[in-house]
Amino acid sequence: MSTVAERSAARKRALIAEKAFNELDDRLGSSKWLRSAMDKIFPDHWSFMVGEVAMYSFVILLLTGIYLALFYSPSSAIVVYHGPYKPLDGQSMTQAYESTINLSFSVRAGLVMRQAHHWAALIFLAAIVVHMCRVFFTGAFRKPREINWTIGVTLLLVAMLEGFSGYSLPDDLLSGSGLRVVFSIIQSIPFVGVWLAFTAWGGPFPGSSAFFSRLFVIHEFLFPLLIAGLLGAHLGVLWHQKHTDFPGPGKTERNIVGSRLWPQYAVKSASLFMFICAVVFGLGGFVQINPIWVYGPFSAARASAGTQPDWYVGWLDGALRLWPHWEFRSLGHEIANPFFPGILLPGIVFAIIYTWPAIDRRLFNDHEEHNLLDRPRDKPLRTAIGVAALFFFADLTLASATDLIGNGLNISFELLIEILQYGSFVAPIIAGFVTYHVCLLLQRTEAHPIQRPVGGVIVRDAQGAFHTLGYEHGHGGNGHGGNGHGAESGEEGPARHGELEVAGAPGDPDPPGR
Amino acid sequence: METLQPGQGAPGDAETSAERAPLYFPKVITGTHGPEEGAGLGTPWPDDVPPEQDDTWYPLRDDPWKARRMEYVIASLWAVTGGCGIGLMICYWTGGQTQVEGALLASAFGCLAAGLLLWAKFLLPGQGDIVGSRGEHRSSPEDRAAVVASLSRGTDAIMSRRGFLVKKVLVPVGGIFGVAALWPLASLGPRYGNFLYHTAWYRGARLVDEFGRPVRASDVEVDGIMTVFPEGHTDTDIPANAMSPAVLINVGGDRIQERKINEGFALRYGGSNLVCFSKICTHAGCAVSLFNVLSMQLVCPCHQSTFDILLDAKPVFGPAPRPLPQLPLGVTPDGYLYAVSDFVEPVGPGFWNRGGPA
Repeated sequence: MSTVAERSAARKRALIAEKAFNELDDRLGSSKWLRSAMDKIFPDHWSFMVGEVAMYSFVILLLTGIYLALFYSPSSAIVVYHGPYKPLDGQSMTQAYESTINLSFSVRAGLVMRQAHHWAALIFLAAIVVHMCRVFFTGAFRKPREINWTIGVTLLLVAMLEGFSGYSLPDDLLSGSGLRVVFSIIQSIPFVGVWLAFTAWGGPFPGSSAFFSRLFVIHEFLFPLLIAGLLGAHLGVLWHQKHTDFPGPGKTERNIVGSRLWPQYAVKSASLFMFICAVVFGLGGFVQINPIWVYGPFSAARASAGTQPDWYVGWLDGALRLWPHWEFRSLGHEIANPFFPGILLPGIVFAIIYTWPAIDRRLFNDHEEHNLLDRPRDKPLRTAIGVAALFFFADLTLASATDLIGNGLNISFELLIEILQYGSFVAPIIAGFVTYHVCLLLQRTEAHPIQRPVGGVIVRDAQGAFHTLGYEHGHGGNGHGGNGHGAESGEEGPARHGELEVAGAPGDPDPPGR
Repeated sequence: METLQPGQGAPGDAETSAERAPLYFPKVITGTHGPEEGAGLGTPWPDDVPPEQDDTWYPLRDDPWKARRMEYVIASLWAVTGGCGIGLMICYWTGGQTQVEGALLASAFGCLAAGLLLWAKFLLPGQGDIVGSRGEHRSSPEDRAAVVASLSRGTDAIMSRRGFLVKKVLVPVGGIFGVAALWPLASLGPRYGNFLYHTAWYRGARLVDEFGRPVRASDVEVDGIMTVFPEGHTDTDIPANAMSPAVLINVGGDRIQERKINEGFALRYGGSNLVCFSKICTHAGCAVSLFNVLSMQLVCPCHQSTFDILLDAKPVFGPAPRPLPQLPLGVTPDGYLYAVSDFVEPVGPGFWNRGGPA
């Protein structure tokens, strides 16, 4: 197949590689590790790609962010704008706002970089959340991977703060209102709130002249460093523990099936990186985001209708809108209103997320090690809780746009807020209940909601019994159904595979005459 | 015929596994498949891959003609990337244009991505169902025991004499030095002060508009509204002024139900009543910027707290827990409005000591 010339070239390359690796190995003893690294196997499933999307968006954020930082000026000094954008001509504004305007209009490729940066941030957070959902619903956080769950949740937390700090840097009317609200939330913390807020801002709102320097150093140094470190740890643990996989033909708790890192996985992953770049820069060039010149510079005396934060903060903004006018006062002290939706709620939410692996262990009395994933349907309770939580967050996120939705649907925001207030209780309960029963239904029918329609061939065997053929599902193994109530303590793979062999549940693909 | 049990792949099952691979999962299974029973047990990380696995296979390996054609497809995709690169340089050189830049960047990256994907999928080996061993997550019992022994060797020495150095010396010293190290953080912000209890309003401060022009009582018509500032304090970027913005409203006839604390704060002028409320929302501090003339309600655009002016700016909807504080108004003989005093209650969102003395 290959010509003599090709073979001799390959030999030459091998010799060169050998020489290079030997030189390296003389010094680091690296050959054993490098060989295992290049041969490393990664399972193939589309859902395993989402974490990579987050990682590559972060790389784009770093690169575009460096470019933006070369032009942004973190100063609250007041200047008068004279530039190409005429509607703002002659207005006084902070240097932070002016430099962002100049970055958008006067710096070549500035706007595309700024918008790509913002889009990449939205995608970064979205990918983290979807990745987390994947890990949650498939039980990938179970032993031995609880540590990586904890690191991942911390990454989400830091990424949210990082996103918000970046969104706040331009000092436009929209982000300034956001900062004002966050100041009020911090101020509402009992005992130390005012001190904390004054410390962070360097004084009462809108803060000392050093405030934007502080925000900037947090946004472009502290948090990115933290994210990079946590991401490194996240990947290191993943590398060491090896990726989980769905159960399927030939897959066991002890083996790993997939593609090699070199060259297959590396090149495919590079392709994904380039594809995300294409999407991000396409959006950056064509889809306007955060047009701060429309909002104008921040002023404490102004606020605009349609004040929405970036999507990942929406649930908190929505919580502030839905929480009633309650606050607690006694003995000359008060716990102010924003504390409850702004501090307590996210505190509880993150506490639950952090401890979920422990809760899950208790819930299912499962202390075993797992390398094979659950299908969501096989753990109806977990899936129901997850879906209920998603509906809760969706309800709150909708609430952050009550004014826009109210305008769009031509109903009053009062009615909408009331609906969403009830919705924050009712929607999760209904969604959880429905999900639970859909899971049971899916278990019984072995239908796959996405991959192929339900159907099969019914065959009558020699004994006169009817069997259904034709259920072959991707990660469901050979289509063995399951009621997921079975203890997951089996040595090899989920116990349900064995169970149903006996039970002969519908969907059993065994040929007739068994 | 036995059904293949996922999780029990014995070497002999390789063929079965290939046969049973679902239709929509069209992977060619290469080499000897399935690990030997227990192959992974006790195998130390890293992977120990059975050498007989043929992982040099790729889909177009045995079809040089198609492989060549695929190479040309990939090459043309990457050529587009190169062309876009040239385009970007020209675009940048001539002054830049956001949409063109976006289009060129997206096409360049997109073609690069497509080429890489085709390359990996059709021309590069190492794909598909290569099987390796996971090894063990946990170490051997000996190693586990050894780590405790190593640790104890250190801790026993460190904690000698019931931990004299650690408990009696290092912990207190570390505590003191740690606090000292944190001390510079106190420079970050000023102390509590009375910032949150007072605004820039003072006795006799004239009301001015955002351009600093003094406001006359006759400047606001019935149902009219205007944002006002204390004279000389219109620059709200300064913390001292940020809590002062207020709204001046002419409510017309006597229709306000005054709260006790605000008695006499409204100004009767001609047949009208002028009232002035803090513009800083008592919920989260946004400027309460929307005014519904029909219902005489102020609405905060941030979280839709609604204040009824006729009920003395009491919150009637939304999360705001308290009314907007009212500014006592006076009028000079020549018709200019002034503040009789600062607000009589703290302005803006709540905090722990709000009820306490300033």
